[in-house]
Amino acid sequence: MDPIREAMLHPSRSARLERRGKLISFLCIALIVLVVVAIFAFVAWHGLATFFENKINLWDFLSKSVWSPAVKDAHGNPEVGALPMIVGSFGVTFLSAIVATPIAVGAAIFMTEISPRWGSKVLQPVIELLVGIPSVVYGFIGLSVVVPVIRHVFGGTGFGILAGTFVLFVMILPTVTSMAVDALKAVPRHYREASLALGGTRWQTIYRVVLRAGMPGILTGVVFGMARAFGEALAVQMVIGNASLLPQNLVSPASTLTSVLTSGIGNTVMGSLENNALWSLALLLLLMSLAFNLVIRWIGKKGEMK
Amino acid sequence: MKKALLAMLGLLALALGGCSTDGGESITAVGSSALQPLVEAAAEQYQTEHTGVFINVQGGGSGTGLSQIQEGAVEIGNSDLFAEQKSGIRAHKLVDHRVAVVGITPIVNPKVGVKNLTMVQLRRIFTGEITNWREVGGKNAPIVLVNRAQGSGTRATFEQWVLKGRQPKAAQEQDSTGMVRSIVASTPGAISYVAFSYVDDTVKAVALDGVTPTDAHVASNAWPIWSYEHMYTKGPPTGLTKRFLAYIQRPATQRKLVQKMGYIPITSMQVDRDATGKVTRR
Repeated sequence: MDPIREAMLHPSRSARLERRGKLISFLCIALIVLVVVAIFAFVAWHGLATFFENKINLWDFLSKSVWSPAVKDAHGNPEVGALPMIVGSFGVTFLSAIVATPIAVGAAIFMTEISPRWGSKVLQPVIELLVGIPSVVYGFIGLSVVVPVIRHVFGGTGFGILAGTFVLFVMILPTVTSMAVDALKAVPRHYREASLALGGTRWQTIYRVVLRAGMPGILTGVVFGMARAFGEALAVQMVIGNASLLPQNLVSPASTLTSVLTSGIGNTVMGSLENNALWSLALLLLLMSLAFNLVIRWIGKKGEMK
Repeated sequence: MKKALLAMLGLLALALGGCSTDGGESITAVGSSALQPLVEAAAEQYQTEHTGVFINVQGGGSGTGLSQIQEGAVEIGNSDLFAEQKSGIRAHKLVDHRVAVVGITPIVNPKVGVKNLTMVQLRRIFTGEITNWREVGGKNAPIVLVNRAQGSGTRATFEQWVLKGRQPKAAQEQDSTGMVRSIVASTPGAISYVAFSYVDDTVKAVALDGVTPTDAHVASNAWPIWSYEHMYTKGPPTGLTKRFLAYIQRPATQRKLVQKMGYIPITSMQVDRDATGKVTRR
């Protein structure tokens, strides 16, 4: 047969290679999607059992403040009020973000605008190093340094939201800082030049132009940091005191969704109410991180530079 | 590239192959972290004496142990509690093997200045009715409660014998005994409870109604806060499981290993106690 005709009618070697490559990469993404869906389904299945199988009122779950699933209250309903954990989780998350953001933004401005060379040579590696420290190390330092200091200064046991805030602040600071640095670096050079040409001072340029233009990126960094803080289990659990009580102040023992989960899951029996209630907390945690992701996407879309 | 991949696959196969026991028997024991050190030590000793067997010991908590054995996923489920005490467990399908006894004592921060409490005082402390050490003859300092995590075997035992059905005051919770001890040692006014073997110089064990927390007092039930360490099997044990359980329960192991590891030998107990807490002399 004619070799040219042959080549036209059959896919070439490179076409076959391409198809194979496509298939492999599709399988990879399919696997990831499958795993994510499976995790969601599994957590939802167990988490929703609390409400459907054990007939717990969803509103009671979110608004009551006594967490003791093994015990029944005066009306014979199990006491599964997750409010203390919800308050604790949001408390440490927002407080640490509030403390970390100004410092992170300040550091980012220094690294990109004021002293870029020093920033990229010294500060960048230091921050990358901080990101890599395992959370248990942060927790241990929190337990042996932060908690005693708080106890000494404020009295009480030293365990509580304040200690959790300190530890999380240090943990999310590098994340927020490096994302803020990226955001400020992405601001086009001609913005700065235009501002300076118009007679703006350096400070005016930074404050009115660079920060304005980099704001969506900075906010994304803050939400990323909050998502990390919200999901952090070990370090927080070591310093927050794990009392399922509504925190009266910043130095009274409190708890977070994650700390109750990690300390309780091994002591419960699969399928029992105690276990289902913990899965409900896990579901709540999962939904919250989903919400954080959506917020990040929303900010990204809203703040696109036009 | 291909060669490297093949080599890696080969290594993986080798590693996986290394886990199997070449036709030897293997069993898995999962559960209570309080019992884990003893089972690990016993397994190690058993494996050196009997070659060709493999006993895999894992922690995970009493709840994990009981639910895994109920599902038949493992051969032995370790628990600090009677299966009857755990909701969601069909206890009649499991066979209980008691391998040791653990005594639990209240511990306080040494600066509190209290050496003895009555059972009623201890109960009122943990239910939150007594909030200052002054009320029980100590210094003027607020009482800081430290609990184990909900569902922990130590906590369930403590509450069963001290609180007698009353609800504990919600307070901070820690999920390991070591953590509890270090917090009590460093926090002024703190009180908690740990197994006897965890008491050291940094904390002070408290006597109850004049009875000191000693192994001898547990053996005679003069000290009431103690629990069995259970190893559950689904149905009567067979094969290696049966031999291993018999090995732990035999007097020689009880006398040497169990005592060395800080547990109280089951053979030295002068009383029996069932799941409902009924005590009979033996």
